[in-house]
Amino acid sequence: MPHIELPEPDVGVLRRLPILIEGLKSRVGQDLLIVDEDGRRAYETDAFTAYRRVPMLVVLPRTTEEVSKILKYCHENDVKVIPRGAGTSLCGGSLPTEDAIVLCISKMNRVIEIDYANRLARLEAGITNLQITAEVAAGGFFYAPDPSSQLACTLAGNLAMNSGGAHCLKYGVTTHNVLGVKMVLIDGTVVEIGGSALERNGYDLLSLVIGSEGQLGVITEATVKLVPSPEGARPMMIGFRSPEAAGSCVSAIIAAGIIPVAIEYMDHAAIEVCEAFAGAGYPLDAEALLIVEVEGSEAEIGILLGRIAEIAARFDPKTVQISSDADQSARIWAGRKAAFGAIGRISDYLCMDGTIPLAQLPHALTRISQICAEYGLKVANIFHAGDGNLHPLILYDANSPEEAERAELAGEAILKLCVELGGCLTGEHGVGIEKRELMTTQFTPTDLAVQMRIKTVFDPTWRLNPAKVFPLAITNVMRAGDAASTPEAA
Amino acid sequence: MIARFAREKRGIEVVGHGALRNTGRVATADVVLTTSGLKGVTLYEPTELVMSARSGTPIYEIESILAARGQMLSFEPVDLGPATGAPGGALSIGGVFATNFSGSRRISAGSARDNLLGVRAVNGRGELFKSGGRVMKNVAGLDVARGLTGSWGTLAVMTEVTFKVAPLPQTMQTLAFVGLPDDLAIEALNIAMATPLEISGAVHLPKNCVDRLKVPKLKGVGQSLTLLRLETFATSIDERREKLKVALKVYGKPIELDAEDTFSLWSEFRTLSMMPFSTETSLWRISTLPTKAPEIVAAIQKFMDVVAFYDWSGALIWLEVPAAADAGAADVRRAVAVRGGHATLIRAEPEIRNTVEVFEPLKPEIERLTRGIKSAFDPSGLLNRGRMYANF
Repeated sequence: MPHIELPEPDVGVLRRLPILIEGLKSRVGQDLLIVDEDGRRAYETDAFTAYRRVPMLVVLPRTTEEVSKILKYCHENDVKVIPRGAGTSLCGGSLPTEDAIVLCISKMNRVIEIDYANRLARLEAGITNLQITAEVAAGGFFYAPDPSSQLACTLAGNLAMNSGGAHCLKYGVTTHNVLGVKMVLIDGTVVEIGGSALERNGYDLLSLVIGSEGQLGVITEATVKLVPSPEGARPMMIGFRSPEAAGSCVSAIIAAGIIPVAIEYMDHAAIEVCEAFAGAGYPLDAEALLIVEVEGSEAEIGILLGRIAEIAARFDPKTVQISSDADQSARIWAGRKAAFGAIGRISDYLCMDGTIPLAQLPHALTRISQICAEYGLKVANIFHAGDGNLHPLILYDANSPEEAERAELAGEAILKLCVELGGCLTGEHGVGIEKRELMTTQFTPTDLAVQMRIKTVFDPTWRLNPAKVFPLAITNVMRAGDAASTPEAA
Repeated sequence: MIARFAREKRGIEVVGHGALRNTGRVATADVVLTTSGLKGVTLYEPTELVMSARSGTPIYEIESILAARGQMLSFEPVDLGPATGAPGGALSIGGVFATNFSGSRRISAGSARDNLLGVRAVNGRGELFKSGGRVMKNVAGLDVARGLTGSWGTLAVMTEVTFKVAPLPQTMQTLAFVGLPDDLAIEALNIAMATPLEISGAVHLPKNCVDRLKVPKLKGVGQSLTLLRLETFATSIDERREKLKVALKVYGKPIELDAEDTFSLWSEFRTLSMMPFSTETSLWRISTLPTKAPEIVAAIQKFMDVVAFYDWSGALIWLEVPAAADAGAADVRRAVAVRGGHATLIRAEPEIRNTVEVFEPLKPEIERLTRGIKSAFDPSGLLNRGRMYANF
């Protein structure tokens, strides 16, 4: 079995379960609880499916007030809580433990207010990412962060992971597109962090909350920025003979002062699989493919894509193809966005999420191939080239526990490489359980202590989303120890 | 050094080159720690749009290095020195992130905080730590780097910052609509911001503010001006300007400024040259919803003479009020409280800044978290004590 350690359940809590169920029933009513095992099993994992634990209870609140009552009750009764949106985390960010309650906010999915005049929307956090854009498209706006799972993933999950997407080169990630949140602390206190104004008052607590992976509180509402929809957008595809040529082309585009809305890189293995899936006309003979998208009016798009084609010509491309119509554009993006799914049809895979400085791309790709070869595994690479976010997909057979373990070890080696090259462990997926133990490769004990003390301010007894983000041994000490003993740096 | 002061429990005032010393509350401290010796760019990768610099590096140095490669700080940091009677041109990059005061382009390019990627800093325990990094996307652990922005050196002393940079626009133009009252002007700015024309500046100047402008072409207009800046490729700018004129047709025929005049005009906003230093007046900075901004100014105007400057399509108001014992705090805060937002006192005599609340008072549950964060970074309360709030 894969080798990430999960904590032993607290039998004391499991023994109290019938009492806990009665307690919660009396506070929020039976309808919100999922008690039966089949029902609970639906929440046993997320998109990091190698790990599964059936939670002892699932609660589906409909209001902030109910969330507050549930958390307060858990706080008073020493119960751990796993906040959950749609369960699309790729790093086990919403993996339950057997002695915890899953608090799933997917029923809280209403639009509270759309304010076009001030270009913002207030939403319950269980709304799906794509639904936000659907609600405001008629007004000429969209919500910018666009993770590949946007059809299913919730705003709450995006906030927890500070999600990005293919278009964040121009529009930023979640933390750039949120003005404020309503959050419930573990003791049931409801706090408004940030607001509707562009600027925060006092400390920027919102920055600490966004991307905190459910460690600080449960977000029930958020106010997000609305961005005017571009007049038009069109991608082009450039096939290269080598990763070096593709990487240099990206540098040259940016050096020319052009910031495309997206620059996506696929290696040969990814091109083959995605072309078979989407039939987008990806160049099968290329070693590396760039999908470059620009926005603007028809005239502007034509001029910009023309300039990019001129720049690309300096790097001896095999193919340069500007999307001819809306249908081809859609297929080009369908292929890219479905890349994970398409690869999933031919093999099980582990999706890594490191970042690297762009200049390191050729070297990183060579080393990644070597690492995977050493572990006897194949790899396909997808890369948000504009912002350095690399997604190597390590292919393996999930039916072989031995191969699964090799895949995890190869993944660890790749992430360590990313950190060595000046990048980081995760660009947009989060740490979850997957990269918890690797945090010490990116951070010193002091760096981690600084973060953990912040966690302790919000969640003094470490009951929220246990066994994630920070190395397990340290979090066990935190939970066992008294709240006042903030971790001291080594 | 901080570790030693921490052991000795000596209060530390953190300063750069002094650009911000006349802003905020006055810290109580035994020693002054200056970052002015921490100078120099430590990393610059133009093709990756990233730069690192030691925190005491003056921004004019950073901007000239960037300009030599056709790049810039997109968030146009505002230098409050001249408006507060502190030295001009003394603003350091650390001060920019410690206050998160961004200029007009914030509306399209994000704030200083949005463009921050990583920091190295020393907290009040004397521990050196890092957060973030040099890559655009980084979600490993809590975003402590951005969490330090706007904390005015009360949590940690930044020693090095890494931030995103952007290409300089190829060209720029400004449309100036004349004579609009505040409410119509804000409406016009927000209609422009809702178009996909990527407006990079949306400012409204009432008449008394226009009278203080220096740009020759607008100096003598004698009426309010509603200003929209376009920055893009030379091949696009005329098309965008014409589209903008069509979208705002009902607001009249605008004055058009070329690239040179546009540059001079928007440079004035970076030093608030319309709000020059004076002991006769105080200066407030109000963050609110654009549609509420004219109401807030009108409500305060009932009680005193004001000069207002609306930036960010109304989301930011710089407000000059007559000097008074409380710098007008009671009226300003009441006007803001009922309409949403928050106000910060920027300029007033030191005694006044130490008696009224400079920052908008916090709600109890937020104050509890704020004190907790302060204590996590600086348990003995040594760093810039009293700089933001009287008691911590």
